[in-house]
Amino acid sequence: MSNLDIHHTTLLGPDGHPLAPLPAEFANHETIRDLYRHMVLARTFDAKAVALHGSGRLGTYASLLGQEAVGVGIGHVMRPEDVLVPSFREHAAQLRRGVRPEELYLYWGGDERGSAFAGPTQDFPVSATVGGHAPHAAGVALAFKLRGEARVAVCVFGDGATSKGDVYEAMNVAGLWQLPVVFIVTNNQWALSTPRREQTAATTLAQKAVAAGFEGEQVDGNDVIAVAKVVGEALAHARSGNGPRLIECLTYRLADHTTVDDAARYRDESEVTPWWEKDPIARVRLYLSATAGWSDQQEKALLDECGTLIERAAEAYLATPPQGPEAMFDHLYGKLPADLAAQRDEVVAATKNRADG
Amino acid sequence: MAEHTLLEAVNLALRRALGDDDRVLVFGEDVGVGGGVFRATQGLMQAFGPKRVFDTPLAETLIAGMAIGLAAQGFRPVAEIQFMGFIYSTLDQLINHASRLRTRTRGRLTCPMVLRAPYGGGVHAPEHHSESTEALFAHVPGLRVVIPSSPKMAYGLLLSAIRDPDPVVFLEPKRLYRAAKEAFEDDGEGAPLDRCLVRREGNDCTLVSWGASMKETLAAAAQLAEKGVESDVIDVCTLKPLDVTTIVESVARSGRLVIVHEAARTAGFGAEIAARVADVGLYHLRAPIMRVTGYDTVMPLSRLERHYMPNAARIQAAVERSLASD
Ligand SMILES: Cc1ncc(C[n+]2csc(CCOP(=O)(O)OP(=O)(O)O)c2C)c(N)n1
Ligand SMILES: [Mg+2]
Repeated sequence: MSNLDIHHTTLLGPDGHPLAPLPAEFANHETIRDLYRHMVLARTFDAKAVALHGSGRLGTYASLLGQEAVGVGIGHVMRPEDVLVPSFREHAAQLRRGVRPEELYLYWGGDERGSAFAGPTQDFPVSATVGGHAPHAAGVALAFKLRGEARVAVCVFGDGATSKGDVYEAMNVAGLWQLPVVFIVTNNQWALSTPRREQTAATTLAQKAVAAGFEGEQVDGNDVIAVAKVVGEALAHARSGNGPRLIECLTYRLADHTTVDDAARYRDESEVTPWWEKDPIARVRLYLSATAGWSDQQEKALLDECGTLIERAAEAYLATPPQGPEAMFDHLYGKLPADLAAQRDEVVAATKNRADG
Repeated sequence: MAEHTLLEAVNLALRRALGDDDRVLVFGEDVGVGGGVFRATQGLMQAFGPKRVFDTPLAETLIAGMAIGLAAQGFRPVAEIQFMGFIYSTLDQLINHASRLRTRTRGRLTCPMVLRAPYGGGVHAPEHHSESTEALFAHVPGLRVVIPSSPKMAYGLLLSAIRDPDPVVFLEPKRLYRAAKEAFEDDGEGAPLDRCLVRREGNDCTLVSWGASMKETLAAAAQLAEKGVESDVIDVCTLKPLDVTTIVESVARSGRLVIVHEAARTAGFGAEIAARVADVGLYHLRAPIMRVTGYDTVMPLSRLERHYMPNAARIQAAVERSLASD
């Protein structure tokens, strides 16, 4: 079955040339510079996370190298009052939504306080269970619908996640009840060591929407303008009560699955190289230099700015005093049951003994 | 005799089972080309081909459910769930189907499958990768629950689990995967699935544990021995069905029982052992039964996990409390 008509959008080619006139909202250079800046920031954040892991100061981390355009595009068009329900690799979307880099470092550093980010206050924490969050997005969207609010839930997951029942179940109900939710597949071609082609016989992941009764489309996930446009349209569609959409962003995981993975064991470097030529950041830089006179000086200033911002965030993260072990009892319930107070005392005593001994 | 880690022991047992019995199939997420995230299935696809060892789509319910269908058809599926944190969607398959296919069909169809999963904390893994929820499975009639704590036992127990005619949940303590090597013969010999193993002997106290916390339990026993307190250390190995006899025999000599597990305390498997000992051995006890366990909290992220897991000091303190109480 491949005769489903799945629309595909690319606006900015890998060489930085627009393939079609850019939509009006992207015609001004300020918007493009803003998208560019957020992608550079995300990549700087990512490189620092990998380095922190390398020096033993961050836990296992899932890199988004090569996928910056997806998250930045999504974050760009979502409204503050919308709710993001992300997978574990959508740092770019989270950062663009206003989660602070030091908060993300804290989470990946193994500290729950990282998910207590100051804003956006209703966004979900990342889902480390693949696809388990898709039904949450349906629930969030149902809440919006029940209250008659013009808000949208945005659920992002990977190509691997599309094999999970949770994802089908969420899409099915969203189509049935016309819920204001946008499902986004970051198809980075790999689910750990399993390539996209071994996940499903479906020609596209976007077409999985068809069986759930709504539209799916593909977009060049390395083209931040295309992502922002297509996701923006889906948000408008959902916001005005017309139901869900599924958007498959075609991109590539340039990094290992996580900092404890070694992709060389299962994928050939020759597959990776061509994707560097489709780098989502380079193409916008080329576009900006060709059309807006983006200079080396401006480039350097931006890199410095992002570098400083991320260094400060890393310092703030590293300087965060650790929680005491009794913190594992904090926020377990609204009010700690009396039965557990004794266990809490036990932890404190055990730690004290350890410190004394 | 060659020495092997627990991880290598799992690989050797799978290799042996695949070689011995054409009905054995090994599958799961990333077990083929990738060889498993911990390398437990390293080289198996290359050795036995993609019809015997293969990757599935990313779908745990499918993995467990498909194992049931294959088992009913006479295969011996050995399916992997990548981490115990992702096993919960299989509970419907395990509880409603695997565990009772034999009962429902009065033995016409059976379900000789193994579901393997690494479990437990201590490797600084991400969220949902460190829990110990073995008691959930031990609660299900019709399942066997097996947890090795040493390379040799992992080898023997896994082979027996694969040969067993009923569904087995086989939980591997990932903290011990590469922790130590042990010499044993790759001779295809299985270990009994209904017996505890006495890992150390002594008459002053009975220490009972399983899986990763055996390491701390043995360490505590060694430290206590330096102080003149000699303990029996019992590795439960198979939680269900439980060999309560070995435990009660030991308690009859020592009069004291300290149970150690990494899982949360409430309704943890330690509670079952305590109840069983109370059922048949209450009058042997000279002190209250002690439990050293994880707390009834969500398993904390990596920064605090060491405070959650029982350590030798906590175990020693419990033994000392037991000794002091008569
Ligand atoms: C339910 C579940 N099963 C297995 C895993 C282990 N795991 C973590 S990420 C991953 C691959 C996910 O692939 P994909 O959905 O494409 O997302 P990506 O990693 O490419 O961002 C696997 C198998 C998990 N976290 N959750
Ligand atoms: Mg993927």
